[in-house]
Formats: sequence, structure tokens, C-alpha cells
Amino acid sequence: MTRKKGAGPFPPLPPFARNLLRVVFTLALTFLGLMAVTFFIGRVLPTDPAMAAVGNRASEAVYQAKRLELGLDRPILIQFWLFLTSALQGDFGKSIMTSKPVIDDLKRFFPATLELATVATLFGVLFGVPMGVIAAVRQSKLTDHIVRVLGLIGYSVPIFWLGMVSLVVFYAKLDWLPGTGRLDIYYDGIVDHVTGVILIDSALAGEWEVFNNALGHIILPAAMLALYSLAYIARMTRSFMLDQLSQEYVLTARVKGLPERTVIWRHAFKNMLVQLITVIALSYVNLLEGSVLTETVFAWPGIGLYITNSLFNADMNAVIGGTIVIGACFIGINMLSDVLYRLVDPRAR
Amino acid sequence: MSAPEATTRPVGGLRAWLLSDAPANVWQARAQRAYFGWLTFKSNPIAMAGLIIIATLLLIAAIAPLLTGGAGIEQNLGNRLQAPSSEHWFGTDELGRDIYDRIIWGSRVTLYIVFLVSIIVMPIGLLIGTIAGYVGGWIDTVLMRFTDIFLAFPRLILALAFVSALGPGLENAVIAIAVTTWSPYARLARAEALTVRSSEYILAAQIQGASTLRIVIFHVVPMCLSSIIVRLTLDMAGIILTAAGLGFLGLGAQPPLPEWGAMISTGRDFLLDQWWVSTIPGIAILVVSLGFNLLGDGLRDVLDPRSGASE
Repeated sequence: MTRKKGAGPFPPLPPFARNLLRVVFTLALTFLGLMAVTFFIGRVLPTDPAMAAVGNRASEAVYQAKRLELGLDRPILIQFWLFLTSALQGDFGKSIMTSKPVIDDLKRFFPATLELATVATLFGVLFGVPMGVIAAVRQSKLTDHIVRVLGLIGYSVPIFWLGMVSLVVFYAKLDWLPGTGRLDIYYDGIVDHVTGVILIDSALAGEWEVFNNALGHIILPAAMLALYSLAYIARMTRSFMLDQLSQEYVLTARVKGLPERTVIWRHAFKNMLVQLITVIALSYVNLLEGSVLTETVFAWPGIGLYITNSLFNADMNAVIGGTIVIGACFIGINMLSDVLYRLVDPRAR
Repeated sequence: MSAPEATTRPVGGLRAWLLSDAPANVWQARAQRAYFGWLTFKSNPIAMAGLIIIATLLLIAAIAPLLTGGAGIEQNLGNRLQAPSSEHWFGTDELGRDIYDRIIWGSRVTLYIVFLVSIIVMPIGLLIGTIAGYVGGWIDTVLMRFTDIFLAFPRLILALAFVSALGPGLENAVIAIAVTTWSPYARLARAEALTVRSSEYILAAQIQGASTLRIVIFHVVPMCLSSIIVRLTLDMAGIILTAAGLGFLGLGAQPPLPEWGAMISTGRDFLLDQWWVSTIPGIAILVVSLGFNLLGDGLRDVLDPRSGASE
């Protein structure tokens, strides 16, 4: 996103303010785009939203009332405006499936997705970063090739399938890990709903038995979800590390006689941290949305499962609401990592 | 491209012609570049593995009727859930259909998805990107803002929402995937167009009075093609996985079409005792997307050595 500086009728602003203004503008524009696309999906693509809401056996009067209620008799731009303003106030309408406001459902389901994506990202970082560093240090050796092929497999495997297979192996056959869902049924409801993230809630309440059970439940789905980000993080780490290792300061450090470990972790690694953080943020948002299939396989009650379930019940309000929430997180974190990158790395300014 | 190579080929055979230090015409030079690219490609075992996988897939899809005993949709309830045997290599599914047949026919479905997404995504990305890059000015700004908006969207979720509005089905799944994947191609094409817009051959075309559209289509687009193709090959695994995911959720290909993702989904209920129903289509998806990933990796090393993963 490069634009010419100093162009336009405005008096010159200090660089920071100008950057901030541009970010806010881009953010607003992108969000508006998201709203326009979801509006298009929810209101324009279905041939008759009113019919979809009342069903084809409703009387003409009920149908007309629904049409008026949905505002379908108004010009399309007005409809969009109403859609936009109510969504900004957190009003996505009512869910047909749960007959509650969609926003309340989303509040209930979102922490589960957040928990899963966070643990998965932790896995990805814990294994991906060392893998990438080792591959770079041992470039073109056997280790490097193994990491490369492992990474490509991580990109290629259908996660929903691997999730099913791993459930059979680790739960049904070996019985090492608990099965689907977030908790075993008899641990349900012991811990109060504070943050909605069971690992945190149970730790806060001191219920370590619940904590352990929740931990067991999250390992498998998080590991599956982490595969993609692990591959991505390892690959990017390797390429950043190679970049650093070819720099002259690394040569200097080596000539000085510093041990290789210090050269790699203290010098080279420190210099690639900013790039690495951007990559981690990117993979994090991808996991937020990528959790749809994993949640379906593991019956994980998060937003992904909510969206797919709503889909099959033709619950368009819920689908649109979920899409907007995930989309907004996606856009927000993307933009945040972009800003962070510019802020910390002077070369990117 | 119809290269009239036969007319200028000297004695000494094709290899000498390809390795000659002084190419006699533009076709020979191009053929030489392609040949050197092939040599680089051939020396990369990972890329060759990818090429072999994809070539095999193409072959299997082409001769599917010869490899199978039926269309993979004939039910035989007396024969349901048979374990793999010499008669049914990969076993049978819950309706007694031969899984080997369905895997073979499924390769056509996969290639169909790959083909459709490519012919939708490439022209859109190329057109928007090259026009933005070549014309510049406010058109560039508007088109790129538009592209950025799509770039910032969550792909899978949006594809889900699209399919839910359009209704489940293979074609709708393809449309949903295409709508959410074209934006990086527009960015890429724009970057390439920016580098060629001020070259002299473009100027020459302008002086000859060529229209903007003609210059974009005949002079700018060909320069962007190679990087677009590399990117598309690398993305293809992701596209196949998304399509399979939609199929798995029941939103993609509809029964009785032998789509691999949907096959995994039907085998879910029998996973404990009849493992083959789900496992084998999963392996098929893994192998094919791995093939595209390996091939894309190798192509990138050949066509775009600067950004290669193995520099």
C-alpha cells in the first residue's frame, strides 16, 4: 500500500498523523466493503429474503408484513444504510435456530474459537520457529529438506480428514486423549462463565481437574489447526533467518569468535523478530477463520460451528452476523500487524 | 504459441539447436530459454516429484473409463462396506459402490474444479491488475482500493456465506472460491504491469496507434503470465482443499458425484470399523495437493529465481 506523499489539497501533516489517518481511512473503507459484500450475500443474492424468512406456506398478509419489516419495499441504498447502522450497533437481527439475538449467540460462541485459535498459534510458534531456524542454519542439508517436505505436507493435508483420523487413533483406539467438545459432560457447568475461555476460567476458579480435562480436549483440535500455521511460520522463519545469516554483521560476529549459538539467537534472531511477529499475526487471523472445519470435526462450539449449523437451517441472519464478526477481527488484526510493522521497523516507513 | 521451429532447425539435432550460442531468431531464443528452464526444473527432485504426480493425475482422469468397471455411482447394497480385497481394491462404501472407481472418477471432479477456478480467477486478476498498472491515475487508485478490500477478507468464511446464499453445488462452490481468491492476482499483475509500462516496446506500440485495450491484452498481459501461473500453481492446493472442505460440509459437489471431500464426509459414520471409506479419499486429496505444492515450488525456482525458497 504505497501512496504518494504530500499530494492533495490538505496542509502537510506530521508523518505519524498522516499514517494514522491513512490507516483509519483504509480500515473504514475495508470495513464498508465487508458490509457491502455481506449485504449483497444476505439481501440481494437470495431471490426473496422475505419468502426465506416466512416460508412458502405463509399467507399473503404475513408475507407482506415481513417484507415491510425487512424494509424490502425501500430503495436498495436505504436498505444498505439500515443494515449498516444496525450492524454497527451490534444488531444483527434474531437467529431462527436459537431464537435469540444473533449478537448474544456470537458472544457465547466466540470465546471458544478464540481459545482454540490461540492455543493453535502457540503450538505453531513453539514448533515452527525452531524448525525454521534449524532449517536455515543447516541449509541444503538433510534437516533442511525434511523441514521443507514436512512444511509442504502441512500445506497439503486436508485438516478435517486428519482430524477425524487422529480422533480414531488417539481417542477411540489408544484412549490417550478425551474426545470431541470442550469438556467431558460431567465437568460441564462447574466453572462460572467469566471470560468464556474455559482454560482461563477454570484456572481462575482453582478447579484444576476441570482445567486438565479442558486441556486434554483442546490438544487434538489445536494440533490439527496448528499444522498449517506451523508450516507457514517455519517456512517464513527459515527465509528470514537465511536473509539475516547472509548479512555482514553476522560475519563480523563469527570472525570475533562468538559461539554459533550466540550469533544465531542473540544477533540474527533478534533482528528478524519484527518480521516474525507480522507473520504470526497473519497466521493467527487465518486460524480464526480456518477453525470452521476443525470445529465441525471436533464438535467444538465456536463461531465456525455456529455458522455451519446456521447454514443448514437457512438461518441467514446468523450466517451474516458470524461472517461480519470474523471478518472484522480479520481486518482489524491484519491492519494492526501492518501498523506495528511500520512502527517498529524503520525500513518499512 | 505456434513456433515455426522446424523451418530453421539446422543439422546437428534438436539439442544442438537448443544449446546454440547464437540463436538465429526469436523463436529459437525462446525455445532455448524454455529448455534451460526445463534443465533447472529437472535437476530439482522435489519439483519433478510434483510434476510426476500432476501428470499421473491428468493421465488417470483422461483414461478413467479404461481403468474402471463403471461410472462409480452404481449402487449394490448387497455389497456394502466391503473391506479392501482383490475384487474391490479400496473396498466399497455404504451404498456398495466401489471406492477405487469413485477415486478414479473423482480425479475428473478435482481437475474440473481446478480448471474452472483458473479460467475465472486468471482473467479477472489479469484484467484488473494490468489495467490498473498500465493506465495508472485514479483508475489505478479505485481498482486497487477495491482489490485491497477483497484482499482483507476471510476467504473460507466468505465462500461459506456465498454458497449458503447461492445454494450448495459444485459450480456455486467454484464461484464462491473464485470470488474470494482473485485479489492477490490483481496485485501481482499490477506490479508486473508497472515494470513494463515504461519500456520502449510499449512506446513503439503506442506510436503505431494501438489502443489501450490492445496494448494491455497483447503487450502487457503476456509479460505477467509467468508469475501469475506460478502463483496459481502454488495456490491450487489451497483451492483443492477449500473445495474439498466445502464438499465435506455438504456444500460442494452433491451426491452421487464422486467428489473426494464429500466421500470423506460420508465415511465419517463408519470410521471406527470401516476405516477405508474415509481414509482413502483423504490420501487422494493429500497426494494431489502435495503434487501441486511441489510443482509450484519448483516452477517458482525456475521462473522466478529471486524469490525461490532454496536460494
